[in-house]
Amino acid sequence: METAVFIVCAAIVLAGALGVVLARNPVHAALSLVGTLFGMAVLFLNLEAHFLAAVQIIVYAGAIVVLFLFVIMLLGVDRLEDLSVEPITGQRTLAILVGLGTFVLAVAFLLSSSIGPTGPKILTLDITENFDQYSNLRQIADVLFTDYVYAFEATAALLTISVVGAVVMSRRMARSDEAQESAGDD
Amino acid sequence: MSAALGPTVFGIDPLYVGGVGLAEVLITLLKVGVAFAVLLVAVMLMIWFERKLISDMQNRIGPNLAGPFGIFQTLADGIKLFFKEDLIPEQSDRLVFKLAPYLSLVPAFLVFAVVPVGGDFSGGDGRVTLFGHETFLQVSDPPVGILLVLAMSSVAVYGVMLAGWSSGSKYPLLASVRASAQMVSYEAALGLSLAAVLLKSGSLSTNQIVAEQSVWNWNLWVTWVVPMVIFLIAATAELNRPPFDLVEAEQELVGGFHTEYSSIRFALFFLAEFMNTITMSAIIVTLFLGGPNGPDFTTVGWLSGLLWFFIKLMLFLFAFVWLRATLPRFRYDQLMDLGWKLLIPLSLGWLLVLASYDVAGDRGWNRAAAVIVMLAIMAALAGLLALALRAARQRRELDPQGGFA
Repeated sequence: METAVFIVCAAIVLAGALGVVLARNPVHAALSLVGTLFGMAVLFLNLEAHFLAAVQIIVYAGAIVVLFLFVIMLLGVDRLEDLSVEPITGQRTLAILVGLGTFVLAVAFLLSSSIGPTGPKILTLDITENFDQYSNLRQIADVLFTDYVYAFEATAALLTISVVGAVVMSRRMARSDEAQESAGDD
Repeated sequence: MSAALGPTVFGIDPLYVGGVGLAEVLITLLKVGVAFAVLLVAVMLMIWFERKLISDMQNRIGPNLAGPFGIFQTLADGIKLFFKEDLIPEQSDRLVFKLAPYLSLVPAFLVFAVVPVGGDFSGGDGRVTLFGHETFLQVSDPPVGILLVLAMSSVAVYGVMLAGWSSGSKYPLLASVRASAQMVSYEAALGLSLAAVLLKSGSLSTNQIVAEQSVWNWNLWVTWVVPMVIFLIAATAELNRPPFDLVEAEQELVGGFHTEYSSIRFALFFLAEFMNTITMSAIIVTLFLGGPNGPDFTTVGWLSGLLWFFIKLMLFLFAFVWLRATLPRFRYDQLMDLGWKLLIPLSLGWLLVLASYDVAGDRGWNRAAAVIVMLAIMAALAGLLALALRAARQRRELDPQGGFA
């Protein structure tokens, strides 16, 4: 059963990923990405990682790709792209090289580790007795707020700083435009 | 993973304890079928209810020809729409245009799967016996139940967004950009006000949340009312219902994101919209009003839960119609101000107040003092925010071109 689900989801994930790369229309590419994300969410479910599956959909499908689509629609770049021009010279060769490198690394990692890429399972509790402990939200929270609390807080701070930075930069840009318009005024 | 609990992919359900056989599969299918049928009929009645009620409020008669009290009006409209010509605009993106209505409809159905509609929660966890098997009166009880609601409401954005974009016409596009901005912003307020409930019930599973609330001890009181008010406002915005129905502002956008849709696809959008109203009301009842909890006034154990759930649900459905008949539509900037500058900070602050109350209890501090200190900090921060907003407004007035509004 788990294998069957895995095969179907893997096919969806791969098809979606190919769609992202091959679709000529940016909106179709973004939709393929949503397909990939949903496939991943079901894969998480298959591993009984319910919380990760839900977060995958809420954050990635629900917020990030929506923002992609939003930008695509607002900027009006939702047209077929001319693929004959290469904006940065040599980027295609580089892309192929980097892609192959990442692939080789991933495969090497998979083959070399004996306990699987995610390490041993943490869950050692008796599920029937500790239903609450079993909830993987609780497990994630336990790890996140004890062992990795500094990394977690640092990430939070990083995100906040980037938001503030984005706001400051967009405001600055608008003003410098204006300063150019009324040059020598000050 | 755990033979004793059965497959947990679909949630912890006493039905699956001890393996899954044909009977279990059939019962699950029955629950799915009943939920599906009930939702469809409920939408039919909801549309009739809304039209009838709103015409009462406006001194009109409303639909009165099809069936007794016009109750079959929706059915007649549905059949009419079904047989109308299905137009697909020349400029549209055909594939996405056809896909969009389903992206609206499917999430609307799925949300209802986690709502416990009945069961005896007085003392127990709402188990009922169906054909000799113990189960919950909800299609599924995943461990992340309430996150599924958030996930589905974020997926529903796609339906609206893609419908507007794929129509290849400017008014639907404008409406869909508006709609998705609105839905994405209010999702934050929705999630944060929900966090207060999760803090108090300590579980994401809807069944657990209902079980934590006893006959009268609803989350509405436990979380001190504010989260429910925020949730109700955010849900109204998320549903695109008046007074937040900028998505379908006919006066400005011709029709809204579905201007180019006709026939059955148009009907699907409306089906999804009214279904969302019903499911969101059901979610509010589950989260804040104790779901099927209530004093047992019947002698049959399971009936009381269903009746209580229905009564509470009707309260919200009535309120939604009432809002539509009463309130004028918000302006777009007012909508964004309300969401980002009031609801999100308030729900975040309230979550911290509730958390400080709990922490004070755990540590043996004076709870009232902790809450008063937290409220004072909140007030100070609110003052700072108000000051910042006022300064920003003044600068905008002095220098209308600089920066962003």
